[in-house]
Amino acid sequence: MAAVTHTLLGHAVHRSEDPDLLTGRARFIAAQAPAGALRVVFVRSQVAHGELRSVDVEAAAQMPGVRGIWTAATLALEPQGDRENPALLRPVLAEGRVRFVGEAVAVIAADTLGAAYDAADAVVVDVDPLPAVVGPVEAAGPDVALLFPEHGSNVVAGGHHDPDPAFFDDADVVAHVRMSHHRVAPVPMEPNAFAVEPTADGGWNVWASTQSVFGVREAVAKVLGADASAVRVRAPWVGGGFGAKGGVYPEQLVVAAVSARLDRPVVWAETRTENLLAMTHGRAQVHDVEIGATRDGRFTGLRVLGWADVGAYPGRGMFIPMVTRRMSSGVYRFPKVDFSAVTVVTTTTPTGPYRGAGRPEAAALVERAVDALADELGMDPVELRRRNFPDPSEFPFTTATGATYDSGDYAASLDAALALADYEGLRADQQRRRQDPMAALLGIGVATYVETSGGGQEMGSVRVLTDGTVEVVTGSVANGQGHQTTWAQIAASVLGVPLEVVRVVASDTGLVDHGVGSFGSRSLQLGGSAVHEAASVVVDQARRLAADLLEAAPEDIVVADGGLAVAGVPASGRSWAELASVAESRAELLAHSLDFGRGGSFPSGCHVAVVEIDRQTGKVELRDMVAVDDCGVVINPLLAEGQVHGGLAQGIAQMLLEEVRFDADGNPLTSTLVDYGIPSAADLPSFTTAHTVTPSPNNPLGAKGIGESGTTGSIAAVWNAVVDALEPFGVRHLDGPFTAETVWRAMQGQTGSS
Amino acid sequence: MIPASFDYKRAESVDEAIALLGEHGDEAKLLAGGHSLLPLMKLRLATPSFLIDVGRLKDLSYIRDAGDHIAIGALTRHRDVEISDLLAAEVPLLARAASTVGDPQVRHRGTLGGTLAHADPASDLPAVILALGGTLVAQGPGGSREIAATDFFQGFLETALAEDEMITEVRVPKFGGKGWSFQKFTRRSQDWAIVGVAAVVANGSTGIALVNMASTPVRASGVESALAGGASATDAAAQAADGLEPGADLNASTEYRQHLARVLVRRALEEAGV
Repeated sequence: MAAVTHTLLGHAVHRSEDPDLLTGRARFIAAQAPAGALRVVFVRSQVAHGELRSVDVEAAAQMPGVRGIWTAATLALEPQGDRENPALLRPVLAEGRVRFVGEAVAVIAADTLGAAYDAADAVVVDVDPLPAVVGPVEAAGPDVALLFPEHGSNVVAGGHHDPDPAFFDDADVVAHVRMSHHRVAPVPMEPNAFAVEPTADGGWNVWASTQSVFGVREAVAKVLGADASAVRVRAPWVGGGFGAKGGVYPEQLVVAAVSARLDRPVVWAETRTENLLAMTHGRAQVHDVEIGATRDGRFTGLRVLGWADVGAYPGRGMFIPMVTRRMSSGVYRFPKVDFSAVTVVTTTTPTGPYRGAGRPEAAALVERAVDALADELGMDPVELRRRNFPDPSEFPFTTATGATYDSGDYAASLDAALALADYEGLRADQQRRRQDPMAALLGIGVATYVETSGGGQEMGSVRVLTDGTVEVVTGSVANGQGHQTTWAQIAASVLGVPLEVVRVVASDTGLVDHGVGSFGSRSLQLGGSAVHEAASVVVDQARRLAADLLEAAPEDIVVADGGLAVAGVPASGRSWAELASVAESRAELLAHSLDFGRGGSFPSGCHVAVVEIDRQTGKVELRDMVAVDDCGVVINPLLAEGQVHGGLAQGIAQMLLEEVRFDADGNPLTSTLVDYGIPSAADLPSFTTAHTVTPSPNNPLGAKGIGESGTTGSIAAVWNAVVDALEPFGVRHLDGPFTAETVWRAMQGQTGSS
Repeated sequence: MIPASFDYKRAESVDEAIALLGEHGDEAKLLAGGHSLLPLMKLRLATPSFLIDVGRLKDLSYIRDAGDHIAIGALTRHRDVEISDLLAAEVPLLARAASTVGDPQVRHRGTLGGTLAHADPASDLPAVILALGGTLVAQGPGGSREIAATDFFQGFLETALAEDEMITEVRVPKFGGKGWSFQKFTRRSQDWAIVGVAAVVANGSTGIALVNMASTPVRASGVESALAGGASATDAAAQAADGLEPGADLNASTEYRQHLARVLVRRALEEAGV
């Protein structure tokens, strides 16, 4: 085999997406509606829970500019959900009962957005209220209203094990933490948006702000009663998804049906408030955690009782507690883990994946428990962690929860992070400040985390055209990650061509044969590897062709600058354009398409958060954030850095600023960005980032996902840092977000567990 | 979202704006920078049927030395207050506070007269004008009158302005660079204050006003009189929340706001050199 050059891999190539984005040439769906499109607006429930008596649309239907208005009864679409469990299906427009504030009750199509909103104001929704159900533990308890009386319980999956009284018999010390991972909202810059246009030949054009064009195509084709091949779904520029745009929303199906009923193009773009009410929320789990160890700090077992809140309907949130269970062993050797959880419905916005999707909850529960145990043992939390890491030689390492980690070196990232943070110096400063009542409190939080990326397979195809253009087609669907840049780097490296000749085709079912989409930090290791493997096959095809042309043995042909040549004889080179032309003349192709899917990978790392707390007000300031991440081999350091920064910002903000809140009646209290606390750059420190590299053996790039590391590590680190700062006040645990008042009350001894 | 429908007229003069106010009564709203009114309209929490746009009355945008006080036109943008050399020298408290309002976009649009007329107790500048002992000039069909800031704020989003009056000028006494402080406690850097304190030492007495501690901006009169009676800054600050029962919201309970007022007033007094 000749060596393949990889000159572009590992370089901080600038994003080829950015010129269009920065100059405003990139257009999003709401700004590029199909010609003549009607605007679609939803009427939403303002009551969390109740019997839906009637929806009076008469007056609204008569208003100027209104072209159509429908309710569940008149649109009559199939519900969403698991057919095996008919009692728990979700009507796409509320039917019989409303189950959260923001649930779509009726839909209006009108000439203008203003006319549609005016009509929405005129719809009269009569609801007979029922008691709200808020909070996962409350929902599973006695004397609570049932969302689905026919189901008989708010518990829709799982169950709690009977505790084994001998579980901690081999432990000298057992620590206990009860923790709530509060609910947060994904808040992509671009809310949900969707446009549908009937075509002259009886087909459909669909534009969706989505992470999966094929998932949308399948669901929409079903609603339209059309063959999937008649529906072309495109995701143009997508302003962020973070997991929440990975599925199909009821509203999208309704919008498609409205287009069909009117035989007109239509566009729906939700408002920020609708986005905060109707896009799936994340987290919303509660864990009761016990961790046992011997006196010298060897873990003997971990036991977790969990409650997971999927909101009003069991949908995309259902798999999340399973991810948490699988990853709950963290980066440690636990001889045994007993994890049992119930999944419940509540009268709140449905939950779903959000950057980490169960991984940050797992990392936080085990990392908080380890800190609590260190406290019980009187041991430095870093030393306790070290004593329980598997050695790098033990990989692949199978945990007590059954996950098989591909590779890892947890001590390496821990050492690097501690050095960057000056851990010893911080601890000394902390001691000094604790003696000085005028000094701000210092808190140091360390989290060594592991998460999981990949799963399933993804399509990649590479074709060399006769003009030398390299066309890459991918099943991945970028929503901000920079696939166009990275996929070009991969193909250009394998083929030995400049980046500029690579054209990446994606996010369009009319141009991409099949694919899965982008979620679970899967795209590089699956979609990128597919491109790598396809390009490698194309090199083999070309090598046979070149060997014939150059009268050399195929094994003597190597990738040279812009083409192939006989090894050691650069003058013999044939460009890719020439080779493609010859191939064409022989009715051959320089092209290959494949689906890549192999075992997943387990990115890991160590995050250190350093907080200062104002003793008088309780205000928390994040002073430093150190993130050392191991995502295996880095293809583009600039993009990897961007993923880390974004993830850190979201994780930090979750713990310091963000929380979706409801009152006892299920009314949302955070339905604008005044009330919901997403951060700006001014609210965050400059981050210190670095990488250790433990290649994944499970893909040819050696890559692991980096999309979810930022949230997975930082949430646990910030959590530990704040509790660490409050140690002199006897606080042993506190739940976030750590608003000034929350921390002030803990310092007064009013909240938190001691 | 899209506001409910309304009629719109751009006023070419103060007289025209006042005449339109008289004509349309409480159905009309003056539109200046729009950064308080338009968000409420977009959420359909405010549905005025007539907007009178005074945003282009350029002759109401000025900052002038008027002897013992500085006269500021009602349509002066926060950004112009923030960067005024005259205010930096004579009323630095106001310039500093203006620099903390919202974000640059808000400061380039929002106006001093607009934020006073809106009278949101969570806004910074009403409390600052109150602490400074400022005076507002209001014009109506019968001419102009002066209203002391202490008489202006009458209830939640309610002022002493008649339906057909508008603020044309704000007058703030010069105090030079003597002791002052502006304390703003926020959740995020660009949020409204959870609690704010404006303090100024002028002519031997200390003016202190609080943001977001009542249904209107309020003077911390307990602190002021304690200081006048010779109390130390620490002892006086302990009275910052006396008689005040601020509402609870997502950011703070009543009790925590009271606590913050005491902490922040003490810090303000220390910074002002009291």
